[in-house]
Amino acid sequence: MAKRILIKGNHAIGEAAMRAGCKAYFGYLITPQSELLEYMAQQLPKRGGVFLQAESELAGSAMVYAATATGTRALISSSSPGISLMQEVMSCTAAAELPVLFVNISRGGPGSGRIVPAQSDYFQATRGGGHGDYRFLVFAPSTVREMAEHTIDAYDLAEKYRMPAMILGDAMTGQSMESIDEVCLEPKRPPIEKPWAVTGMKDYGEDDPRTVRHLVLNHPYTDEELIAQNIRFSEKYKEVEKKEICWEEYHTEDAEILIAAFGIIARFAKTAVDLLREENYKVGLFRPILVWPYPSKPLAELADRCRAILTMEMNEGQMVEDVRLAVNGKCPIDFHGHGGGYYLNPYEMADLIKKMYFGGDKR
Amino acid sequence: MKEELYPIYKRPKYLVREPMRYCPGCSHGVISRLIAEVIEELDIGERAIGISSVGCSGRSWRYIRTDWVKTPGHGRTLAAATGVKRVCPESIVWTYQGDGDLASIGMSESLHAINRGEKVTVVFVNNTYFGATGGQLAPTTLIGQPTVTYLSGRKAEDIGNPIDVCKLFSVLDSNGYIERVAVDRPTHIIKAKAAILRAFETQMRGEGFGFVEILACCPSNLHLSPYESNRWVGSTLIEHFPLGVYKEPTKKEE
Repeated sequence: MAKRILIKGNHAIGEAAMRAGCKAYFGYLITPQSELLEYMAQQLPKRGGVFLQAESELAGSAMVYAATATGTRALISSSSPGISLMQEVMSCTAAAELPVLFVNISRGGPGSGRIVPAQSDYFQATRGGGHGDYRFLVFAPSTVREMAEHTIDAYDLAEKYRMPAMILGDAMTGQSMESIDEVCLEPKRPPIEKPWAVTGMKDYGEDDPRTVRHLVLNHPYTDEELIAQNIRFSEKYKEVEKKEICWEEYHTEDAEILIAAFGIIARFAKTAVDLLREENYKVGLFRPILVWPYPSKPLAELADRCRAILTMEMNEGQMVEDVRLAVNGKCPIDFHGHGGGYYLNPYEMADLIKKMYFGGDKR
Repeated sequence: MKEELYPIYKRPKYLVREPMRYCPGCSHGVISRLIAEVIEELDIGERAIGISSVGCSGRSWRYIRTDWVKTPGHGRTLAAATGVKRVCPESIVWTYQGDGDLASIGMSESLHAINRGEKVTVVFVNNTYFGATGGQLAPTTLIGQPTVTYLSGRKAEDIGNPIDVCKLFSVLDSNGYIERVAVDRPTHIIKAKAAILRAFETQMRGEGFGFVEILACCPSNLHLSPYESNRWVGSTLIEHFPLGVYKEPTKKEE
């Protein structure tokens, strides 16, 4: 029988990252992700890695950028206000095509808000929160097991496409302890070559110095280089959107009403679907596992078959815009949710759905 | 007997063979050459990783032919240097930064990296301006010196006094070497090269950081000829920012 361990979400990310070869962590304290910082501080030096508590998220993100530029798997984590501070570096990371892994254990905002669970950073994560046209691979784990698995997948996918990735968790997934199969913490794919890594010319010869940069300066009097770079990035993002969409469907086969939710709310919604199915209400769940690239195509196909889609989030309505874009008017789309620590338990969700779509508890 | 000819002056191996796009008379060209000479003389080109900053100094990666990582954002240069050095301790990590990058937007990153005693080399070019953006006030602009954002000159009661970075960093207890030099005249240029060399050697011996502030001129923003600009550095600027060693590294125990 597979070995099971009891582990906290924040720790699961760190443990999976280290087993996937993460050799450097740079971070700054902020609730509710500080356990990850502390776990890396205690574990990483013992396991041959580098830990440094940075003076700020600005500095920490620059450190992780530079460490990744040497081809090292590195990690930085923070929570919403700290992630806002990293946006400049994140934009540079996308421009320099560095596979940096960022973790956002998000909390309620705007501003310093509160340390409660929230999903209010969806726009920031999926639209590229900094300046310029760019995207991140954004994983939205709903369980501790996924916190671990997504960390490993994020490294692999980020390196495959040479683009940054983010684990978009929340205070609840970060703080929860769950029992998971230890095998979930293990890497699945062998490491790939990094012919772009800057490690000193001793490794690739004095004829071939390497530069990691995000400033376009080769042709100072024409715009061609930057335009060409943006077209190349755009093509890369389109390829990722085509090949890497990832989602989960639950009881969608005959669903009249579809719940669309991501992260921890999707987990509650799954239980709500079970409760409703016990009473023969035909309700299903659509859960994007990556929220960028968004699984628009499979959602649009489901929209052909259902009466309405209810999007539930811990914010004032962010992913619902992606749902509307995907469905493009094929069926009505409703939204329920608030930011700042508001969520419904599965029983409340089931009641709400009965009231909204089935005329109350009639059957 | 005819003596065999040999070169006494040549292009350094690590200086790129292309015209620099710095303004005429700018000190960056001289400083780039000094660094390239030092890298060649110490034979560290294969291990050198430069961290370039933003602004005029951000062009350095075009002209010095080693590996480079460009700072992710204005001022994050010494944080990026920390990231590289911590994961590649055998590499020779050095930064090339202007006064705006190091002492204004990046002061926090600079101060903390120096306080940690990061084993990196810092070449800090102080020309008292944000040069690339058109000559705005920098943290090192002198009192009374006009800039495009303070046309009637810097006033201490409004925007504070110029920051003496060498003095500020030298009060920290971390181990390293700090010296201020200038490149306004040949004798100073020779001393500047020696200081850059020592700043690299300090890192190579694992004694801590090597920090060289180089007083430089920006003729375009001073609105002076290159000759007059260097005269200004040699008289006015040196008077406000005295040259010399501000910190000696404690020798590493063998």
